[in-house]
Amino acid sequence: MSISTESPSGERIASIEDRLAAIESVLEDRAMQPAAFVETFNHWATEEWIPENGARVVAKAWCEPDFRERLLADGITAIRELGLTMPAHHRHLVALENTETVHNVICCTLCSCTAFTVIGLPPDWYKDLEYRARVVRESRSVLREMGLELAPHIEIRVWDTTADTRYMVLPERPPGTEGWSQEQLTAMVTKEGMIGVAKV
Amino acid sequence: MNGMHDLGGKEGFGPIRYAPNAPVFHAPWEVRANALYSLAVKQGVYNMDEYRYAIERMEPRHYLSASYYERSLTSLASLCVEKGLVSRDELERRAGGVFPLARPTVAGRTNQPERQRFEAGDLVRVRSDHVSGHVRMPGYIRGKTGRIISESPPYPFPDAHAHGVDAQTEPTYDVQFDSLELWPDAAEPAKVHVAVFQSYLERAPRS
Repeated sequence: MSISTESPSGERIASIEDRLAAIESVLEDRAMQPAAFVETFNHWATEEWIPENGARVVAKAWCEPDFRERLLADGITAIRELGLTMPAHHRHLVALENTETVHNVICCTLCSCTAFTVIGLPPDWYKDLEYRARVVRESRSVLREMGLELAPHIEIRVWDTTADTRYMVLPERPPGTEGWSQEQLTAMVTKEGMIGVAKV
Repeated sequence: MNGMHDLGGKEGFGPIRYAPNAPVFHAPWEVRANALYSLAVKQGVYNMDEYRYAIERMEPRHYLSASYYERSLTSLASLCVEKGLVSRDELERRAGGVFPLARPTVAGRTNQPERQRFEAGDLVRVRSDHVSGHVRMPGYIRGKTGRIISESPPYPFPDAHAHGVDAQTEPTYDVQFDSLELWPDAAEPAKVHVAVFQSYLERAPRS
């Protein structure tokens, strides 16, 4: 039996496109204007919830020690200085600072939670079964497999997003970037760096 | 619930299918699925805890084989049927075939009556509760001891909020566990931080 095409009683399972069209027509009947919202959402997902938001936060924290302090103390209030917001149900943003001896990495073992308005929507691998199952238990091997080899003396801290508190990693500033502008630094910071599976 | 979604620490999984700068969406229907489930939240059809719980109630066989956005769509459709926006028969008529939905809900629960306030540095133990409804305690911390790092603002209690049960908001605690406490002799050394609702915690017995 193939789960994707047949029900337990042998009837044909509707295609994913047909299922989506069916539920969209239900929302349309309820005057919820789904088509218009898809356009709005697509704009948010591709133009507004982008990793450049978090990258600006990171670059500012690297350049301005006072801002770094404010970010580490109260993430949501600090990112407002850059015009950034989070959904109402995300009530707490915790910035996790990587150092020479501590490396932070974020996951969500139960689903797919992220600070998506700040670091961008989560990629496939973050939501996949493998990352969720393995990163809490064998973080060093998982990071190595993803191309990040950490020296043995570095303590790994894995953050499981099991509530609506959200996290972003504040990566270490790369050597050789002294005197760079915040714009130059922003361009270096990636979503992977702010999840903690890559260095910047 | 001790469901298939509760993956932390499960063994036997293969390599991470990792690509830097991976696209978030691969097809237009994925954008639509994501948009429509969040539209229903915005319009008050259901809340995020109900949404997560409906994904958790998918049959494990379906959960494991469905893509991420198929799970979103299944939760959205299940809740629309459960909330009376459409009957299952009508939904399947419109889809032109079987529409697999989540399995039924069970009763939820409210906050623990006697919750304790903790301070940074306190040693706490996660209660050994087995909750058949929605719960945000990953199974790998059940009964385990960790250290309080900080307290969050109060949130709706998910075990109640996913079930329409009255409850008070309560804080979560950032609890730091040692991976070797979680999986004795069977984990790589690391600190594992979990955001744990107050109702799930009790003071650790003095050793």
